[in-house]
Amino acid sequence: MINVLIGIAALVLVVLLALIYRVFTLVQIAKKRETGEEPRVTSSNRINALLFIIFFAVLFGSIFWYSIAAKDDYMLPEAASEHGGAIDMLFWVTTGVVFFVFFVTHCLLFFFPYLYSYKEGKKAEFLVHDNRLELAWTVVPAIVLTILVVSGWTVWSEITDPAPEDSVEIEIVGRQFGWNTRYAGPDGKIGKHNFRKIDATNGLGLDFEADAANNDDFVANELVLPKGKNVLLKIRSRDVLHSVFLPHFRLKMDAVPGQPTQFWFKPIYTTEEMRQRLAEKGDPNAADFNYHLACTEICGSAHYAMSMKVRVLSEEEYAEWEKEQKPWAELNADYLAEKGIEISNMTSLK
Amino acid sequence: MSTVDIDIKQATDDSHGGGHDEHHEHHGNFWTNYIFSYDHKVIGKQFLLTGMFWALIGVAMSVVFRLQLGFPDANLEFLRPLLGGWIDSAGKLDPNFYLALVTMHGTIMVFFVLTAGLSGTFSNYLIPLQIGARDMASGFMNMLSYWFFFLSSVVMFASLFIQTGPASGGWVIYPPLNALEQASPGSGLGMTLWLVSMALFIVSTLLGGINYIATVINLRTEGMSFTRLPLTIWAFFITAVIGLLSFPVLFSAALLLIFDRSFGTSFFLSEIYIGGEALSNVGGSAVLFQHLFWFLGHPEVYIVLLPALGITSEIVATNSRKPIFGYRAMIGSILGIAVLSFVVWAHHMFVSGMNPFLGSVFMFLTLIIAVPSAVKAFNYITTLWRGNLVFTPAMLFSIGLVSLFIVGGLTGIHLANAAIDIQLHDTYFVVAHFHLVMGASAFFGMLAGIYHWFPKMFGRMMNDKLGYVHFWLTFAGVYLIFFPMHFLGIAAFPRRYYSFTSFEPFGKFTDLNMLISVAAILTFAAQFIFIFNFFYSMFRGKIAPANPWKSNTLEWTTPRNPGHGNWPGPLPKVYRWPYDYSKPGAKDDFIPQNVPYSETKESNLPYEEELAKLEKEPKSNATKRDA
Ligand code: HEM
Ligand SMILES: [Cu+2]
Ligand SMILES: [Cu+2]
Repeated sequence: MINVLIGIAALVLVVLLALIYRVFTLVQIAKKRETGEEPRVTSSNRINALLFIIFFAVLFGSIFWYSIAAKDDYMLPEAASEHGGAIDMLFWVTTGVVFFVFFVTHCLLFFFPYLYSYKEGKKAEFLVHDNRLELAWTVVPAIVLTILVVSGWTVWSEITDPAPEDSVEIEIVGRQFGWNTRYAGPDGKIGKHNFRKIDATNGLGLDFEADAANNDDFVANELVLPKGKNVLLKIRSRDVLHSVFLPHFRLKMDAVPGQPTQFWFKPIYTTEEMRQRLAEKGDPNAADFNYHLACTEICGSAHYAMSMKVRVLSEEEYAEWEKEQKPWAELNADYLAEKGIEISNMTSLK
Repeated sequence: MSTVDIDIKQATDDSHGGGHDEHHEHHGNFWTNYIFSYDHKVIGKQFLLTGMFWALIGVAMSVVFRLQLGFPDANLEFLRPLLGGWIDSAGKLDPNFYLALVTMHGTIMVFFVLTAGLSGTFSNYLIPLQIGARDMASGFMNMLSYWFFFLSSVVMFASLFIQTGPASGGWVIYPPLNALEQASPGSGLGMTLWLVSMALFIVSTLLGGINYIATVINLRTEGMSFTRLPLTIWAFFITAVIGLLSFPVLFSAALLLIFDRSFGTSFFLSEIYIGGEALSNVGGSAVLFQHLFWFLGHPEVYIVLLPALGITSEIVATNSRKPIFGYRAMIGSILGIAVLSFVVWAHHMFVSGMNPFLGSVFMFLTLIIAVPSAVKAFNYITTLWRGNLVFTPAMLFSIGLVSLFIVGGLTGIHLANAAIDIQLHDTYFVVAHFHLVMGASAFFGMLAGIYHWFPKMFGRMMNDKLGYVHFWLTFAGVYLIFFPMHFLGIAAFPRRYYSFTSFEPFGKFTDLNMLISVAAILTFAAQFIFIFNFFYSMFRGKIAPANPWKSNTLEWTTPRNPGHGNWPGPLPKVYRWPYDYSKPGAKDDFIPQNVPYSETKESNLPYEEELAKLEKEPKSNATKRDA
């Protein structure tokens, strides 16, 4: 349907332009006959000037219209993390400022052509410079930008502060093309890894010989988060760059091979709660809502499909879920035996 | 009828001029005149034609990947004759080839079209003509500059046809993806050719840049002080300086990458397990590469943009029949941008894992650079104010440029805010930002320049009606393509995705993506109006008058088809700045730079009256210099 419409619109446009062109030429020929000499500008000067105004109306008309009409489509649900709200706030304040400047400058830029289009015998004003004006438009943007940057900097500093002591650590590992997560288990510690220990079974390279903290770690292929707790994501990559993007939490951090990165945040709505909130807003797909993780650093052919499901549980549900998980070492006891690795510190295993 | 007479008269006038010019190139034959020419004008045209060739290829690539994004379910079987095996048996585009297209599109547009095609064309063509020089400082190096670019083009072009496909890891070629053959088919031979091609390209840029700088410093004609240089020349000059300082860093990054790829070093590689084996590399840093790349990469965006802004300054002033507003502020902001562009690079890396403290520093520095950019925009708008505007196609594209530059620049304020960038980095919001502020702006600048200087280049006029149609279609098209991308970015759509349909949170917006794709196809189609106009006018266009836009700069004092050496007689002398438009008291609404103050008593300002007195004295110098 939309194709057909667009097709027709395009056709109409072309025909229209052809017509205008034809009229132009005729008018011009007629004019030249009259005066015998070529004027500096033709009637097209006026038409071009007018088109800027029409363009202005259509441009801002459609921006306003779409911004309002499609609000529910392009707006993500409200931020599901504590810092996310601050980022959204900054974004919309900046957007307000920027849109205002966009509008005002374009009022001038698109109306001046009409107001000052060429007139025979008129002379432009010989205006070379104006110190007051220039000072004003250097200083005012500088002040506005300073305000924006300082508020941005405060938020940025808070977000990038070291993680609080009590954070739940979760390791997240990217590879071509998928993600794995690893949880600390009862000891609260994520064990050391070594990329040389990686093989088909031990995909994350857990180094049992180097660190007994590995013994109770468990691995998942989804990201499960506790609501209301600080979570520290320890991010690494096995092969090329990837990037952990949790759009609903306003969180992004690259995964770099050989150089672990991290990001801490606090989820504030469980998946269930978010579904309810969406339902209250009348979102028809609220019941199917899920948080997602996407890769945002180009990493090869299946980059676009490198996603992972994310679930936020209430603290109790999270504890429950944690209890159900079996340590990797237990699930892969055969593998470890084959490698001749003895799990000495069995205490941390339940 | 009358026009024909005039045409003939001018044509004969010109053949006199032409006859005279031939003295300068006695022994020219086809090869030395058109192929291995030392003449800056010919070299400029060579850059232009090569740039246009690349623009067609680069934009056509984007149309193919827009087909994929806008119509994910479409059967692309009809592209098989062109793309062969990259269309699979189900008529789908291969995901690897999708990434190759994106990568090549970026590389081609940024480097081959908007650096070589824009700077190469106009710096070469205009610097000697506008500063009153016979040619570049070194015609030979200038020729080499083009032929290195040509070689580089041949290598890049060849890489499109190899079995494993061209480089496909993004135009920023981050390792390890682009260092390891195992990581992606395009990272093999395709990437090797990319690196070879870029190395040649950098050589070309440096040869050209050294020449531009030397020429502007040394070969200005008498009276052409730095404060009388047209802003075009200021822009080309500073662009060349930026390029000279930043391209070598890309060169070194490429070199280190070559070592990592082929000689087992570990500059950028560490602790990698890929293709079923752990590599031996340890201790390298993938983030280091990003620093090196963006140390060029950010200045590069200004290398692309500044010439377009310079061209715009010239065209806006000429066609507003008004001095450019704030000439010195314009120079100041060019210089400010040039300096600052070297200290903002890490704003591309806020979430790369670099130290967050650096993020804070670069956030402050980046927002400072927005100030000179804003000053430029305000100055353009004020130049229009109370002008007497003539809408040539070049003027339309220049106004379009200012609009696009503002929209795109404004979203830079979002992105420069590290906190906001956490969310927006690598989404379509960034794609919208840089396509508007850099891609479309610079492209508009290039088109404006072609429309404006075509009469000088080819001695004939382009058809302005076709130019108008071309402008309005392109202007509307560009907004239709890139503005909606902001919404996609706000909805968190990541860039460089082959498809969004398989991805739950991004399953929406099929309509919007379709609209963008349709707009892209139409805009591409509209460019053929231009191509037709360009080639048709080259041979059939109206004969150009000597100074079609009634402009002040020196290039319009040359014969219609300037020969080697540009001016048949002595070089013109310069007495005034280039923006004496609509000067109160003056007879006409422009006073070319080579008109002495002593001849314009009626319009001289008091201090110019003083200068007029001085003009009379050192007469003897003028003749000596030229002899
Ligand atoms: C007002 C001034 C500007 C500011 C504050 C600004 C800021 C930024 C920032 C912070 C980014 C990184 C975004 C990200 O990757 O997450 C960015 C990207 C970019 N900017 Fe700007 N920008 C400005 C003007 C320009 C101009 C004038 C150009 C070009 C002439 C430009 C070209 C680009 C390009 C090409 C990218 C993306 C590169 C890539 O990731 O492939 N920007 N800009
Ligand atoms: Cu990935
Ligand atoms: Cu930048």
